[in-house]
Amino acid sequence: MRLIPRIAKRLGRLALVLLCVALVSFGLMMLSPIDPVDAYLGPQVAQVSPEQRALIAERWGFDAPPAVQLGHWLRQFASGDLGWSHVYNQPVSDVIGQRFQRSIVLLAGAWLVSALLGFALGVMAGAKEGSPLDNVISTYAYLTASTPAFWLAMLAVLLFSVTLGWAPTCCAGPAGVLDQDVTLATRLHHLVLPVATLALLGIANITLHTRTRMIELMRSDVATHAFAQGASRFDVAWRHGLRHASLPAVTLAFASLGELFGGSILIEQVFAYPGLGQATVAAGLRSDISLLLGIALFTALFVSIGNLVADTLYGVIDPRLTTGGS
Amino acid sequence: MTATQPRLRAMLSLSITAVFIVGLIASQWLLADSAQQMQFDARLAPPSLEHWLGTDALGRELWARTLAGLALSFWVGCLAALLSTLIALSLAALATLSARLDALVSLLIDTLLSVPHLILLMLIAFALGGGTQAVIIAVAVTHWPSLARVLRAELWQLRQAPYVRISRALGKSRWFVLHGHLLPHLLPHCLVGALLLFPHAILHEAALTFLGFGLSPSQPAIGVLLAEAMRYLNGGYWWLGVFPGLGLLLMVLMFERLSSHLRRAL
Repeated sequence: MRLIPRIAKRLGRLALVLLCVALVSFGLMMLSPIDPVDAYLGPQVAQVSPEQRALIAERWGFDAPPAVQLGHWLRQFASGDLGWSHVYNQPVSDVIGQRFQRSIVLLAGAWLVSALLGFALGVMAGAKEGSPLDNVISTYAYLTASTPAFWLAMLAVLLFSVTLGWAPTCCAGPAGVLDQDVTLATRLHHLVLPVATLALLGIANITLHTRTRMIELMRSDVATHAFAQGASRFDVAWRHGLRHASLPAVTLAFASLGELFGGSILIEQVFAYPGLGQATVAAGLRSDISLLLGIALFTALFVSIGNLVADTLYGVIDPRLTTGGS
Repeated sequence: MTATQPRLRAMLSLSITAVFIVGLIASQWLLADSAQQMQFDARLAPPSLEHWLGTDALGRELWARTLAGLALSFWVGCLAALLSTLIALSLAALATLSARLDALVSLLIDTLLSVPHLILLMLIAFALGGGTQAVIIAVAVTHWPSLARVLRAELWQLRQAPYVRISRALGKSRWFVLHGHLLPHLLPHCLVGALLLFPHAILHEAALTFLGFGLSPSQPAIGVLLAEAMRYLNGGYWWLGVFPGLGLLLMVLMFERLSSHLRRAL
């Protein structure tokens, strides 16, 4: 098995990339003109004397040179301490943990729906190039590929929540109800619209790729041979097409986790859904540097693992790629 | 399909886009500051003959604001795509110089691709303190990897091409080879690459501005218009949300078409 050294090599690469992400994002935070002490104090800054400010800066280590600060941060990070979020007044790891639990439902739902539906639509469109069904599906895919995510979410709110009143406009549960009292049905009701809009955007990419692969197959010798033996388009699509097209679809689904997460930031903002995306925006707008750094690293890990899985799956499904082909 | 058809289509979509761009720029010149003029007797007016696309909460004409927003998006997108292409080209050239530099560039690409685009954009915009300049730099810095990969592969292939090797063997300098042989070959790739980047650039600019990290709220950018519309969404003021987004979608679609036609024609 060549698979295990391959994965080990990839894991090493992953660690290196994560270190780079840490360095780059830390460097960016150092570059920022926003003073962390000002950001922490907020409007109370007027009541603090310069001596007190210097004291705060000293206590937090802001007076040390950037290299020393980076050393501190990395050491704490290695021991599992991501720092303290002043926006949520909680340890960063807790904020990320709680928020991610909410986001993962949204992300997983949208991811599954977009992968399955996108694949099915792509197969249907590609099975018969130029048919009316193909035209409808491709047009739809081209359109959604260029639609701003947050605009689509706004349209969905306008249509389904404001005009038709079918779905709630905001949040993960009704206002004024304690989190643990919200029933599963209400939760799902609040999730439907965000998941649907997020999925709708993810579908386009997978559909277009799957369609291309299907068209490729339908023009190949394999398909011609099968047609000559009397197979119908459906037979070819079902027996050969699914396997041929599933590989890029699976890879793409794992590789698009970053895009999915980016979309979820916008969608969570529109629906005021209290997930990780909304926390990211709050952290950025209110200069919560430790939370922002924590989220950047966490999402980098999340996306990198997606890419790792995609690469590994590629090797497992198509052995030619691991052995180097013949 | 005849050979001339893709060229014809490309010409057609090129001229449509050119007319649109010229119209957009001319409208900004003709309208001057009507995007900011307030009419307090016509606040939140629905679309009518008098107010074509309706007005916002301060009685500003939405059609003028949408046009101004599109023009802003266009400039930001242009500069960002241009800058991004330059970064891609220079890094791709750097990567072909030696194996070690190549490894460094590919590590940089992996790093950039492992953070979700939007988060990286937010980090960079945050680091630069927001504003138009920050958005342009942020979008430029995040969008080059895919083009750089294409150009790098192309460059590797070109270096092995017989005419380049002969040229080198004849004692031509590296600069001459780069300038005389490689660049003319890469320019069409760069052009198409920049055009492909453009829609992404304006979509990300709008998203970043929408979240509050981009252009300042006093500018009539599409992201700002949509963020304002969010506040009036529940009141049923649908025109505030629908039209700016529709304008952006049309512009993105137009450039998508143009780049796909050009790619086929070149």
